[in-house]
Amino acid sequence: MAGRELTFRIMRYNPETPEVKPHLQDFKLFEEPGMTLFVVLNKIREEQDSSLRFDFVCRASICGSCGMLVNGRPTLACRTLTKDLPDVTTLLPLPVFKLLGDLSVDTGTWFREMSIRTESWVHDDSEFDPTKQEERMDNEEALKIYEAERCIECGCCIGGCATANIRPGFIGAAGINRVARFMVDPRDKRTEQEYFEVVGSEDGVFGCIGLMACDDNCPVGVPLRGQIAYVRRKMASAGWKMKVGR
Amino acid sequence: MGQYEMFVTDVLVIGAGLAGERAAIESARNGLNVTLLSLVPPRRSHSSAAQGGMQASLGNTAMGKGDSPDVHFMDTVKGSDWGCEQDVARIFADTAPIVMREMAHWGVPWNRVTLEKRVYDGKEIHEDPEKVGLISARNFGGTAKWRTCYTSDGTGHTVLYTMDSIVQKYGITVHDRVEALSLIHDGETCYGAIVRDLRTGQLRVYTAKSTVIATGGYGRLYGASTNAVINEGTGMSIAYDTGVVPLGNMEAVQFHPTGIVPSWILITEGARGDGGYLLDKNGYRFMPDYEPNKKELASRDVVSRRMIQHIRAGYGVDSPYGQHLWLDIRHLGAKHINTNLREIATICRQFNGIDPVHELIPVRPTQHYSMGGIRTNIDGQAYGLKNLWALGEAACWDLHGFNRLGGNSLAETVVAGKIIGEKIAEYTKDVSLKVSTSLVEDHLLIQQKRIEQLRERKGTENVYDLRNRMEHTLNTNVHVFRTEEHLLEAVHELQELNERAKYIKLRGEGKGADPELAFALRLPGMIRLALTIATGALARTESRGSHFREDYPKRDDENWLKRTLAYWREGAKGPELEYEPVKITESPPGDRGYGEATAGAKPLVKQ
Ligand SMILES: Cc1cc2nc3c(=O)[nH]c(=O)nc-3n(C[C@H](O)[C@H](O)[C@H](O)COP(=O)(O)OP(=O)(O)OC[C@H]3O[C@@H](n4cnc5c(N)ncnc54)[C@H](O)[C@@H]3O)c2cc1C
Ligand code: SF4
Ligand code: SF4
Ligand code: FES
Repeated sequence: MAGRELTFRIMRYNPETPEVKPHLQDFKLFEEPGMTLFVVLNKIREEQDSSLRFDFVCRASICGSCGMLVNGRPTLACRTLTKDLPDVTTLLPLPVFKLLGDLSVDTGTWFREMSIRTESWVHDDSEFDPTKQEERMDNEEALKIYEAERCIECGCCIGGCATANIRPGFIGAAGINRVARFMVDPRDKRTEQEYFEVVGSEDGVFGCIGLMACDDNCPVGVPLRGQIAYVRRKMASAGWKMKVGR
Repeated sequence: MGQYEMFVTDVLVIGAGLAGERAAIESARNGLNVTLLSLVPPRRSHSSAAQGGMQASLGNTAMGKGDSPDVHFMDTVKGSDWGCEQDVARIFADTAPIVMREMAHWGVPWNRVTLEKRVYDGKEIHEDPEKVGLISARNFGGTAKWRTCYTSDGTGHTVLYTMDSIVQKYGITVHDRVEALSLIHDGETCYGAIVRDLRTGQLRVYTAKSTVIATGGYGRLYGASTNAVINEGTGMSIAYDTGVVPLGNMEAVQFHPTGIVPSWILITEGARGDGGYLLDKNGYRFMPDYEPNKKELASRDVVSRRMIQHIRAGYGVDSPYGQHLWLDIRHLGAKHINTNLREIATICRQFNGIDPVHELIPVRPTQHYSMGGIRTNIDGQAYGLKNLWALGEAACWDLHGFNRLGGNSLAETVVAGKIIGEKIAEYTKDVSLKVSTSLVEDHLLIQQKRIEQLRERKGTENVYDLRNRMEHTLNTNVHVFRTEEHLLEAVHELQELNERAKYIKLRGEGKGADPELAFALRLPGMIRLALTIATGALARTESRGSHFREDYPKRDDENWLKRTLAYWREGAKGPELEYEPVKITESPPGDRGYGEATAGAKPLVKQ
């Protein structure tokens, strides 16, 4: 029994030939049981157009490589089943990030810059002592850190964010969530004021206009709405204290 | 020669997974200039996909009470079927608890011991109130104690993110979306690598006092593998291509009992560790019949074989993708499944449309891990070339022998990263870099020529067809059960593919960063690795760990207590095999206490 014939309308752009403007190209193939966009795109590359560029690594919604706009919505391609798609599907690269070719965008560089800008590491000057037992931590606390740490840097929250699309320096929901991850970690010795330097601006939490597209788009379900509210509260109070202090 | 970008560094680390990053940190701390290379952004490396956990004998939990490096050492040696280097296993077991605490210090949110009520296998577990808040552990296969440290369902993810945060903190240079194509060497010393920029397709030269390969495993040779799609073994192949660096024990390939059918995504051992069962087509729990002591938690090689054995005995479930068995975690309850095993639940729901709280999960043994790799000494120095190092899954340090225990691989990456990283730093300080321009340009020219030749499109062979043949051969002939007949077939087929790979014809033009060209550059090396696996398996006329010969079902210590070393000499048509003794320092070969030697090779099913 032959499956549905599916059409994929894919944005093509090759930086090698900048004179050819980005355009949409149609590819057709027959649906198979359990088919995902990972299967579809590889089939197209192997059978129809060997130059098609896209990124997959884990193909299991773990690594965050394959964010793209599927019929306008940012999501992970590897976990998109064709049975949930209409007969014609448009695939576009995620906006905001640098386009490397076709559906491939440079999320890696964006996230690295954001991480370095927000100094996303535990700030603690003490030396590790290999002879000592580990510091205790309440399991609930560990789970809270993990909740924020679950972000896979896929960029779906960024691609769909109104602010990020017009403000190149905006760290986006993923960036705000990243700061929250360290704020809740008792091992990070940064003060509220130090965090304020990092996120207390229009490029940080105050740039967010709160429409919460990000929360709906996060494929791993990081509670972005709550995280943004948490950081905003903390930073508003830090900002207020700093003003008073001055 | 044309223009090319040139980078000079003290330490060049090819691979930015856990092993590569941990080693790089050690060099950076010692004031050396380090450059990390990766096919993908470091955090997308395959290490991030490890969900289960990593072993260290902290002994904080009730079920881990009495654990020690000695017990961990013994489990590792038994698991390896006495094929590992025991001095390596010893420093590994001794160091694992320290690195676990170091990772905690750096920021990993390990799950901690709590007094929350838990029932395991019908018994209630009572934790020691004194231990509350210390690093917890879960159960994994092949271990005497619970010692697998974890962060819910995302251990590899959190450990890699934390490791990478330290790489950022030290300001280590990272070049992502690049691929090392060959090593620069003169047959005695390694001087760096020829690298292709995957954004533009341009070639680059990196010269270094020390070159480190930490490129992970080769699972994708099998196609049906739990591994990420970038795990194509290129790091092993570029070392092998030098003709002087041997690969160790390439026939030792691990199959994981529970790859989900048909996408082969891994269902982590945590599922069985937390109390999941394997069921057959009658809904019968068969493992206790074969393995009365360890049941579902015997080592992976044993469980995988028992499953295939049970399927062969007529108890498999039919499906369009071949026969499979079921994994049942329903009795663990919605709360446990949706928190501790959330990633599994997500995979089942998203990729199979199954809810594991109420439904069974279709599983079959699937290629998972490469015990073999670039053979190094205990300090991580590769055999055959000076200034070359290897660690992590790409290496055969030889911690795992013929079977790796679950949770020992992540632990290896971090332990080896620390220990070997220290050695690299110490050693590199005394190296002065003298590399001749003509040597560099010779090596660059070889790669340029390969690319030009492919772009001329004069060949006949389709890359993807060749790859499909290779995958098929390995999956049918070099799998869980092996025989001379099938292995011979595999060797012949792969020899033929190796010839055909010289005549690849691109379908497209192969311009710039073209993905087909990238694959065409990789495939010949992959086929050479595949042929090496098959050749080693054919030669080894015994069964040990994951290498099971139906025609030689017993371990043969008299003739085979030794490690395979494969060389691919310049211009050769196949591997040349040599052997070296296995280092036994503490534990003479004995019975594993599970598997065929103990329970007999016949099925004991009493249905
Ligand atoms: C699904 C799955 C689950 C697992 N779960 C567990 C677990 O729970 N516990 C456990 O102990 N082990 C587990 N393992 C095994 C473990 O994850 C790996 O063995 C380990 O992460 C390997 O780490 P690594 O640093 O050696 O390599 P990787 O993390 O694979 O990193 C390799 C790096 O090399 C780079 N690279 C590769 N080739 C090149 C090249 N030619 N040029 C430049 N860069 C290159 C890649 O980009 C990447 O950065 C699991 C494995 C799988 C497949
Ligand atoms: S809520 Fe804020 S971060 Fe989220 S999409 Fe809207 S503007 Fe962007
Ligand atoms: S917060 Fe969610 S959507 Fe945003 S990058 Fe992380 S995983 Fe992706
Ligand atoms: S390929 Fe890893 S998330 Fe899609």
